[in-house]
Order: sequence, then structure tokens, then C-alpha cells
Amino acid sequence: MNLEAIKSEIEANVPGCQLEIIPNTSPSAQHSLLVDSAHALTVASFLRDGATVRLDYCSNVTGIDWPVKEVSTKTKVKKIVDGVEKDVDEVVKTQTGGYLEAVYHLYSMEQRQGPVILRMRTEDRTDRVHLPSFTPLWRSADFQEREIFDLFGIIFDGHPDLRRLLMWEGFVDHPMRRDYVDPDDYEYEPTAHDEVLKRAREHQSAEGGL
Amino acid sequence: MDEQLKSELSRQGVVATSLQELYNWGRKSSLWPLNFGLACCAIEMIATTMARYDLARFGAEVFRPSPRQADLMIVAGTVTKKMAPQVVRLYNQMPEPKYVISMGACAISGGPFKQGYNVLKGIDRYIPVDVYIPGCPPRPEALIDAFLLLQKKIDEQYLTGPNRPRHLNADMPSEFVVPEFGEHDLEPTQNRDVWKVPLVNISIAGKNESGSD
Repeated sequence: MNLEAIKSEIEANVPGCQLEIIPNTSPSAQHSLLVDSAHALTVASFLRDGATVRLDYCSNVTGIDWPVKEVSTKTKVKKIVDGVEKDVDEVVKTQTGGYLEAVYHLYSMEQRQGPVILRMRTEDRTDRVHLPSFTPLWRSADFQEREIFDLFGIIFDGHPDLRRLLMWEGFVDHPMRRDYVDPDDYEYEPTAHDEVLKRAREHQSAEGGL
Repeated sequence: MDEQLKSELSRQGVVATSLQELYNWGRKSSLWPLNFGLACCAIEMIATTMARYDLARFGAEVFRPSPRQADLMIVAGTVTKKMAPQVVRLYNQMPEPKYVISMGACAISGGPFKQGYNVLKGIDRYIPVDVYIPGCPPRPEALIDAFLLLQKKIDEQYLTGPNRPRHLNADMPSEFVVPEFGEHDLEPTQNRDVWKVPLVNISIAGKNESGSD
């Protein structure tokens, strides 16, 4: 069953949900399905319990950070310059990203097919980072959602035990976010290179240096 | 006592020794390691104690499950920042005299995870290390070599004088600061009484493009 068919199946059974197929242009061609977070739990439970798809196994959950990125595209536009028509490059700047994603890889053990890849997006990267938890549907999402909560800071509503998994209680950062600044402990770097060399130099000059 | 006279006497069947030698011989021949491992190096440590490599030959087979009964800590594996306070606390709970073997690249410096956000860049930032074993993971032979090195070190210690070991010097600390979980990192990030930043000229270590310095 391909993703198009699954999409139309969901649309027929879950009214009001907004789905979008995110194409994957690489040779693996693992396209994924973007689900709006309001209907995500209904869609997921349909995928698990519905008669046709029956995705009974969640193999992997991961997070992605999409920081705000400015993409400028050049387009040739005909414009009248000094009374003469000319081709002028016009640069259009658009902003992409600015949200966090949770990605679920779902399989069907019963029908021996998969993966169906579900994505959910938060509204931004700081304040509105709530997503529904799929742990009530697939127990295997438990620790992985905790890991995403820990490393990306997505808050999974409905998770039975949402605590940090790898870092300690009281740690405030989310290390897997792109804008994470790691602690400055570059005092001793025996084989420093590139970025590490730069930071080790900064550290040495701050401490008086050699 | 003169070394030559001593060896001459021992050939005649008379064993002469000093209290220092006896004391050091006793300690070096019954090192009891603390029974804990942190990562894959621990598997090599376990292999070292098993029949094939047989650490018992060197008097160190009694792995103790309690720090109160141990006098050697083998830090075998990656020390994560979450685990570091517990490692230091275990070390503090061990009675003197106590020794530390830092086993493997991770315990020495953080190893392949050195630039990770959650990995301590070497346990020697918090506790004094006697022997370092490089390797990822080091083979059992390397651990045995570290044992022999540690035994040699113990054998050469003086009981009196300014160079006497820590446990015979009341002014030296036997407990070390246990780091606390901070908002961004462990606090403090290192114990400067224990760990002196090694002098490495990074302009040599890395290529200096500017040509200056």
C-alpha cells in the first residue's frame, strides 16, 4: 500500500485532518506523511487499529530541528529600465523552517509492510512546542519520546512519564538543537583542529595563554 | 641497608628487609579493585579477571562490591557527566591508601566522545589518577601491564619524608569535591587542585594558518 493510498484512506476516515506528503528525493524514496498535531492522535490510532493499514509496530521515533533559514531564489523578471525593457534578476527571499519535528517510523507486523513515516511539526522552536504523545498507542515510543523531550525540548502531551532521559534534572538546554552552545571546556586539546582548534585558542588566550 | 650486602645475604639464606619494603610488598600484592564498570572497557576488565588472563596471579582478583573494602578504582569506560558525581563519590568512600587506574581513551580524555555534550573529558579532572591505559578498549594485557606499573609505583614509595604518599600525609586530602549538576554543565567543571591543565602549545598541535604566534 503506497503512501498516496494511505493518505486518501485516512482522509476518508478522519474528517478534518490535514495531511501532506513530504517527498524524499533520495534513491530510498521514503516519502513521509505530515500530520497536523490537532488530529495526529486520531490519525495514528486509525493507522494502528484501522482495518486496512494496521501499523502495529513503532520502530523508531526521532526529532529534527529546523532552525529559521532564509532562502533566496533568483528569478529573471522583465522590467523597464530607463525606457528600455531589460531582463533583471530579482531576488526573492523566503523563510523556511523555524519549527521542530517528531518523526515516527511505523511498521505493520501483521501485514508485513512498512515503514510508514509520520511527521508532526511544532508551531515554533521555543514557546509552542507541544505535540501529542503516541506512547498510549505504541509503548515503544516511551523512551524515545523522552529522549526527544530531553534533547530537542518537544513536550509530548499525554506521555505517562515525561522526564529527561540522558541529561539530568535541572539541566536547562536541549543539546541536539542547532543553536545549542556546549560548555566551554576546551582547556586541553592535544590534537585540536578546525572548530575545536578555534575554541581551544580562544580558551588559551582567555586564560593567559602559552 | 646496602643493596649489595642484602643480595649477598639472601644468597646465604638470610633474608633482610626493611619495614618499608614489607609494607609496600603487602600493599602491592593485594590490590582489591572496586567492582564497577562504565562501558565496553569493563568487558575487557572482566576478561582480565577470568581464567585466560587471570589477574589473580598478581593478587588483584578480589573485586569488591563495596568501596569500603576496595583500594583500587579501575575507571573502565566512558564517564558521562551524569555519572561523574557518583564515580567521585565512590572514590571518596574508599579508604586510604587508594589508587586509580584510568582505563581506555574515554576515561583518560573523553575519547571519541570528547566533544560530546554529555561526556566528561577525563576522570582526572576530579580525582587523581595513578596509571593511564590508552586503547579503545585496551586489551587485557594492557590492563595487566597497568597493574604491574601500579605495583612498581607502590613498591617505590617512601613511608617517611616529604615524598611520602598521600595516605601517610595528614595534610593531603583524601576526599575530593563531588561535582554537582548545574544548569549547563557540572559545577565545578574540574578540580584545579587535582587537575592541572597540561601544557600543550596548540599552535603546534594544529596547523597555524596565520603564520603568527
